[in-house]
Parts: sequence; C-alpha cells; structure tokens
Amino acid sequence: MLSFIARRLGLLIPTFFGVTLLTFALIRLIPGDPVEVMMGERRVDPEMHAEAMHRLGLDKPLPAQYLDYITKLAQGDLGESLRTREGVWEEFLTLFPATLELSLAALLFAGTLGVIAGVIAALKRGSLFDHGVMGVSLAGYSMPIFWWGLLLIMFFSVYLGWTPVSGRIDLLYDIEPKTGFMLIDTLLSEEEGAFKDALMHLILPAIVLGTIPLAVIARMTRSAMLEVLREDYIRTARAKGLSPARVVFVHGLRNALIPVLTVFGLQVGTLLAGAVLTETIFSWPGIGKWLIEAIGARDYPVVQNGILLIACLVILVNFVVDILYGLVNPRIRHQR
Amino acid sequence: MRSIFMLLALCAGLPAFAQSQSLVVCSEAAPEGFDIVQYTAATTADASAETVYERLVQFAPGSTRIVPALAESWEVGADGLTYTFTLRKGVQFHQTPWFKPSRELNADDVLWSFQRQRDKDHPWHALSPRGYPYFEAMGFAELIEKIEALDEHRVRFTLKHPEAPFLADLAMGFTSIYSAEYAEQLLDAETPQKLNSQPIGTGPFVFERYAKDAQVRFAGNPHYWGGKPALDRLLLAITPDPNTRIQQLKAGACQIAVFPRPSDVPALRENKDLQVLELDSLLTAYVAINTRHKPLDDVRVRQAINLAFDRQAYLRAQYGEGNATLAAAPYPATLLGYDERLQPWPKDLERARQLLAEAGHEKGLKLSIWTRSGGGPTNPNPGIGAQMLQADLAAIGIQADIRVFEWGELIKRAKNGEHDLVFMGWAGDNGDPDNFLTPNLSCAAAESGENQAGWCHKEFDQLIREARRVAEPQRRAALYREALAIFQDQAPWIALAHPKQFAVLRKDVEGFVLSPLGSNNFAHVRRKP
Repeated sequence: MLSFIARRLGLLIPTFFGVTLLTFALIRLIPGDPVEVMMGERRVDPEMHAEAMHRLGLDKPLPAQYLDYITKLAQGDLGESLRTREGVWEEFLTLFPATLELSLAALLFAGTLGVIAGVIAALKRGSLFDHGVMGVSLAGYSMPIFWWGLLLIMFFSVYLGWTPVSGRIDLLYDIEPKTGFMLIDTLLSEEEGAFKDALMHLILPAIVLGTIPLAVIARMTRSAMLEVLREDYIRTARAKGLSPARVVFVHGLRNALIPVLTVFGLQVGTLLAGAVLTETIFSWPGIGKWLIEAIGARDYPVVQNGILLIACLVILVNFVVDILYGLVNPRIRHQR
Repeated sequence: MRSIFMLLALCAGLPAFAQSQSLVVCSEAAPEGFDIVQYTAATTADASAETVYERLVQFAPGSTRIVPALAESWEVGADGLTYTFTLRKGVQFHQTPWFKPSRELNADDVLWSFQRQRDKDHPWHALSPRGYPYFEAMGFAELIEKIEALDEHRVRFTLKHPEAPFLADLAMGFTSIYSAEYAEQLLDAETPQKLNSQPIGTGPFVFERYAKDAQVRFAGNPHYWGGKPALDRLLLAITPDPNTRIQQLKAGACQIAVFPRPSDVPALRENKDLQVLELDSLLTAYVAINTRHKPLDDVRVRQAINLAFDRQAYLRAQYGEGNATLAAAPYPATLLGYDERLQPWPKDLERARQLLAEAGHEKGLKLSIWTRSGGGPTNPNPGIGAQMLQADLAAIGIQADIRVFEWGELIKRAKNGEHDLVFMGWAGDNGDPDNFLTPNLSCAAAESGENQAGWCHKEFDQLIREARRVAEPQRRAALYREALAIFQDQAPWIALAHPKQFAVLRKDVEGFVLSPLGSNNFAHVRRKP
C-alpha cells in the first residue's frame, strides 16, 4: 500500500509544475495587461504605464517572472492581488468556505438522491420508474445551469415564496465570519433564526449545482448495480436465504459503489466548474466568481495561484479517492 | 429600554435592527477596494466616494450642478488661476473601532489627499502600486502648480493655466478628502493597506464591514454635518446577475436594484409593488471612423457612412423603444453648449451613393467593423449592432466584415488605430462638455490613441482648447456650438445614442434620485413606515 501511495505522490509533482507553467503562460497569452484593463478607454500615459508595470514587477522578461513566481511559491508566498492588494491566500481562504459549503451540500444532495434513484432503477429494471429516472437524468445532465437556476428561482422563490432568491443569508442578519461556513457561523452567532435562514439560502443553489452530478451518479449507480446483481456471489447470497434488503445493500450496493466512488472524485472538478455559473446566478461569494473577475482584470497572481489551489484540490481529492479505491479494491493496489 | 427593544425584536423572530430604518441595495458588482483614488469603476465609487468620503464640492443630487460640500465657499482669482476654498467648520471624521479622530477636518487633510497623489516624494505616494489612474487621466499632475494651506480652514490651489472644468473635476471621486491623522496612525502601525480595507471619511455613512463579494455594511453617520441620514443601516448586496437582482427586488430581499436591463423595464413598470426611475444619462454610444485609414480620411466617405446607417432601427433593436435618445453630437443635450439645431444625420441612401461616387468609390469599398464580444451599458448587444451597420453599408456598396474582440483587446487595438470602424462608448465623469471632447476628439488624444477616430482637426481643437480656458459659461457655450458644428460636418463618428439609465425601487423607498453621472447615492433615502 505504501508503495502505491508513493507512486501516486510521485505523479503529483510533475502535475503541479505543469499547472503552474500552464496558468502562467495562458493568462499572459490573453491580450491586454492589468494596467490597460484598469484604465479602459481612458488615457494611459506610456510613462505611467511603464511605471505601473514596473511597480507590479511585470516589466521583467517572462522567464524571470516565472522564476520569481516559482521561488515565491516554494516559500509558500502566493503573492497579492493586483486589484485589491489583499493576499491571494487570504482571499482564497475568505471565499473558499462558501464554495466548499455549497459543493458539499450539492454532493450530499446528488449522492444521496443519485444512489437511491440508481439502486431503485436497477432493481426495477425496465419499469416506468427506471425509464423515468434515466430520462430525467439525461435531461438533468444536459440542463443549461443558468436557465435551470433562474427557473427554480422564479418558481420556488418568487412564485411560491418558499426559498430566498440569492445570497448566503438575509442581509439583515449581521453574522461575523468566524469559520466562513455560514451554517456554522450562524450557529455560533446568537441571532435567532439565522441558521434556518442560511439553510434555506443553501437549498436552491445546492440543487442547481448538484443536478449534473446527480444525473451522473444515478446513471452510474444503476449500471454498476445491474452488473453486480448479475454476479455469482449475489446468486449465492440469495441462495443462502439472506433477506433481499441484505443482498441488495450489503452484498450488492457495497460492491457497486466502487466505480461510483471514482465518479464522486471526478465530480469535484465538475462541481468547481459549475460553481462559476451557480455562484453568479445566486450571488454566492465563492471562488468561481472570484476567478472569473480576476481573469477579466488580468489579475495575474490571483489567476495563477487561484487555479493552482483549485488544481491542487482536485488532485488531492482524486488522490484520496485513488487511495480509497485501492483500499476497497485490492486488485488496484497490487497492479504494477 | 434597549434590552426591551431587543427582546421584542427577538420575539418577533427578526434581527434587532429590522425595526429601525435599513436599506438593502442590490448592487451589480463587488467594489475593488475602498481607497477610491486607486480605482476607476463606478461600483467602487458607489461603495466609497458616495458613502464614506466627500469632496470639497459635490454634484447636487440628480444633476451635474456644483454645490458646496466640505468647502462651504470658494473664490476664483480674476486670472482663473487660483481657487481659494474655505472649509466647513465642525466636520468630524468617522469614529470606528479602528479609529478615533482627535480633531475635526482641517486644511492638512485636504493637502494630504492631493499631495499623496501628486508629490512623488510624499510618504504615501508609492504605497499605491496601481498609481492614481483618475488623477493622471484627468491631467491633474500637469494642471496644478501648487496647493497651500492659508490657515487651518483655507486652502489655495494655483493652476498652471486656467481650466474651466476644474470645479467639476473637484466633485469627482478621486479628489475625496481623507483623514491625514488616520493615515499617520496607519503608517505608524505599519498597516498602510488598511486604508483600502477600513476607510475613514466624513460622509453620511460609516463603513462597518465588507464580506468579500457578498455584502458591504454601513451605518448612518450620527455626527454627519448635513444631519444624520434617515437610514440607520445601508447594506449593499452584491448581485451581479441582472435577473437575480430583479427577483431579489420582487421578493422584497432588497429595496433598490440598480442597472436593470432596459428590455426588462416595460414589465417592471406594470408591477404595482415597484417604481421605475429613468434618467437621461451622460452616456454616448458611437462608432469611431478611423480617419487615419484611407479612404476614411475623405470627409465625403465618412458622411456617406453616416447617411447610410439607419439609427432609428438601431436604437429600437439595441435599447428598446424609448430607452435611448438619438445622438447628434458627442455629448447629450443637457450639457453646456449643445446646439438644439443640430440634427442627427438622416438615412439617405441616394445622397450617400452620390458622395461615394464623388469620392471616386462608385465601385464600392471594403472596410472592417470592430466590436466587442460581451455587452456593456452603451452597447448592450454588440453582435446585432455590427450586423445592422454591415447590412446598411452593403446597401451603398461598402463591403464590411465584422471582427469581434474581447473588451480589453478591442480597446488596445483601437488605441493602436488598427480598425476602420469601431463601436465604442463613453461615460461622462463630471458633466462638463470638455470631459467628452478632449479625451475623445482632441489632437492630443489622436496622438495618444484614445481618439479612436484619429481625427485631428486644427480648428476644432483650437475651439475646445479655448473653451477649456474660458470661465464665462456663455462664451464657453458659444465656442462649443462652433466646435459641434465642425464635428457634425466632418463626421469623424457615427454618433449613435444616449442610452437612458434606470433603477427599480420598492414602493416604500423615498428620496432616491438617479444621477446622470451613473453614481448611486443613498444619503437622502428613507423608507416609508
């Protein structure tokens, strides 16, 4: 197992360098520099432009800039935003809990509902329910997030008035950000009703963000489950006289979940990508919106290190999933 | 008493201050920071210059008229070179958990606020890595000879040359007055960056907290010299999607939504819980015709292009019926020196073809139309606009291909003069005609590139330079009328439209007025009980 982890870790280093090089190069390939974008159609004196670029350290040759970047990175310095002058790490820490909270809620929604729907669809293969789940999941997978979000807002928030439209909490609550997780912060605060309000704010965005993963997980669970249910050991379990529930959940589902687990890991990337749109529709102050704005403003340090942090996160989650996978499936572990 | 109040509020299941006056505004973007002199975005100004800070003079609400603010009076020297301001007495800087002012506003604060931007040796000058974009773009470094404190409450500005728009410039966000005492405290504590995150000013609202990309919280300033605002709390809810802003407003989660999409306005007017405000703004949408490229250096070709384009149809398609007015000049009719006799170029294909033939292009020409990819206030739907122009030009034998660029790239290339025709827009900063003409149509701007038409007309340039130095309004107006006539005849632009601006409010909001400058100020807003 240790050598398995070591091999996986070894792969992380080139991936990490690849990401730094790619983000560094890509953001500079986009035309326009931070000073020009800041000034828009207004006058930029060439002298002032040169001075500002010098102050920002952007007048050096590109290899020197990359070397600076990597050296600082090695010292744990992620630099500061060219726009706000806040540290990139500080900004990330402020915004990331919002995205994480939303993503976890979306995964919880997608995972629970997806596995249940997938299992039932597999058990009742060919039934109306099965066709229904497959049809709906296909629709869910191809749903444009923007349209879907607005539709839910208009129906549940405006027409029925059940859920709030956007944001993480009603602004009339003044919640001190202690952990950055609104659900926890509202519990820590003394404001009555704040937790419920925060929870209500989380429902719609979580559903919107969870829709695509839900569709994927439901389909994956169904097909994995169908495969497992055909296995000899299921027949043996049935023949032993085990209860149907035990056969399905202990012998069937546990084995079927192995591929689903991988899908879970892969969905983290989807979630972070989907967060960009979901955060915009629901005015959710997370890292998706942060990165989009940084790209628009050519805020190099934020783009480079923001993407790096997210890439690390995705790599890390997939690394953990790989290890879990190795744990639950010994065949993987022993492959050379 | 307060605890009984809190108890009552808690019993009602509401946060305590829901009983007091609070206003939630759904704003369109997050402020970049709060040290306003470093930034140019209007949203950033709304969250700092319009709430926390004030200037020597200010624009009267809803207009571009200059009225006293931190200066209660001023005198302009006979030569137009000196401006002496007498500061208001008894103005207090905000008291917050991070700053307790020991003195009232005085001349030191004014000096600090300007010297920081103009004096390269000032201890704070280098602490803004972005520089001072507005100060530099407005040419203040070259304009101001010196600034001196005559006594504790009098400050004198000496200019290098007379500058008629100077007072209007002093109402703009980048001339906000900061507390020198607070700056000193920050420098002593080696935390100068806090000037950008914990602002201190004299304005109607005291900054409380900014939750990045989510909300900005302000409290009404109890010691405000203009009287305590009716609002105890002002909350800016950052809501970038225009649809979401409207749904938030309908659901009552905010009371004002700024910048609705013009196409949503008719339906919003029907809603009986809401009120829609509209105002002619200081926006101009135009197409710059690059006079550096042949054959666009020929005035007849430029006139033919103007005559070919159906602007009425463009307006309807682009902004919706009644949401913009047709432009005949670089700036709207509300500003000084506008000539009511100016008429937009009519659509006249016959005359256009004739002019092209006279210029020797009866067989037609090839041009490129440049536009941006995403919409903005002056050009909500760039694709449609460019296609309409393309179709109309084809009718007079001009073949045009459309090139779409991302905004930053478009600006850069347009400044380099690579385009033939480019869709552009300008938002006025201070309500002075010069603010439209010099940055966009002067010879100096042609040289530096901001004049995307690359149009340098000696006589026009002379007129606007003179108008800039003349103080007397009527004489200025006459000079501008002359200049506008030249602009009309020479047709360096297709002047398109002055889009209107809108805000949507809940019915219980009173006292909010739109500003033609596009800023949002909530100092006089109250909510009906």
